[in-house]
Amino acid sequence: MPVQVTPDLMIFGLLAGLAAMTAVGVVAFRNAVRSALCLVLNFFTLAFLYFTLRAELLGMTQIIVYTGAIMVLFLFVIMLLNLGSLQVLDERPDLIKKGLGFLFGGALFGLIATQVVQPFLQTSQQFAPEGFGSPQAVGRTLFTSYVWPFEIASILLLIGIVGSILLAKRRI
Amino acid sequence: MESYIGILVLVAVAAIVCVAMVSLSWVLGPKKVTPYKSSPYECGVTPEGSARERFPIKFYLVAILFILFDIEVIFLWSWMTIYRDSEVSFQLFSFIEMLVYMSTWILGYIYAVRVGAIDWDETTSLDPAKLEDTVLPKLEAKPVLQPATEGS
Repeated sequence: MPVQVTPDLMIFGLLAGLAAMTAVGVVAFRNAVRSALCLVLNFFTLAFLYFTLRAELLGMTQIIVYTGAIMVLFLFVIMLLNLGSLQVLDERPDLIKKGLGFLFGGALFGLIATQVVQPFLQTSQQFAPEGFGSPQAVGRTLFTSYVWPFEIASILLLIGIVGSILLAKRRI
Repeated sequence: MESYIGILVLVAVAAIVCVAMVSLSWVLGPKKVTPYKSSPYECGVTPEGSARERFPIKFYLVAILFILFDIEVIFLWSWMTIYRDSEVSFQLFSFIEMLVYMSTWILGYIYAVRVGAIDWDETTSLDPAKLEDTVLPKLEAKPVLQPATEGS
């Protein structure tokens, strides 16, 4: 199947390339703050990828929750842990560890590939229909088909609130 | 895709303005560097101690509580966009559903306030041993302005 270069494909290529590069940057940088800033950019480009897929609610949520809130938390964690000199992070090269890492990484990649490739080849439609991922459509589905998961999510968040307070607070 | 053009124009204008402000002030601004000017400062005061100190966990607690409440509010958004234009049965059902949802939200909020999770008092969040070393002497001793050590 010959691939036709359309503007959509170019935008996707740009965003996907940037997302992949920043994802590599997250693990490749030795400075934790640089990794975190790469992660900000990665979340941001992912949000734009969601926009190109017409998943507006997901894209906005990605920006508000991930780039806005969770990244602040990551930076706080970096400041809490206070990674001093980077030499501490140096490890002796360990072939067994490396081999196992490649093995498990490859296995995970294969597992995801088997789930993704087949549906991907079967799709004939490039985009979701208009308004598919809009807040209206998601809100409607949330209160018809997914009422229970929605309620359970609120309980899960309550557990998160109580748990984080219990863990972080010295005296309650 | 056409509906995004307005946003793209806004992003482009914002980018141009930001780049112009930063680069023009860098190009046009006078640059007379003295050791005193380029020394680090903190709110106009000479910094004391290292900047790479560990932060108290209360910052983390506030951040994680913010995230959790943030995620709860995200769900309200999708509901608000359809509530007004829906049929009555859906309105009634989703309203009660939202009340149930919000009740756990309020429960979490009351819990956070009651246990003083967002209390900024260090005596409840810091290790007692550390408290005696750091907080109490600071409360007693007044900050002393130190003269600059380098430059003039």
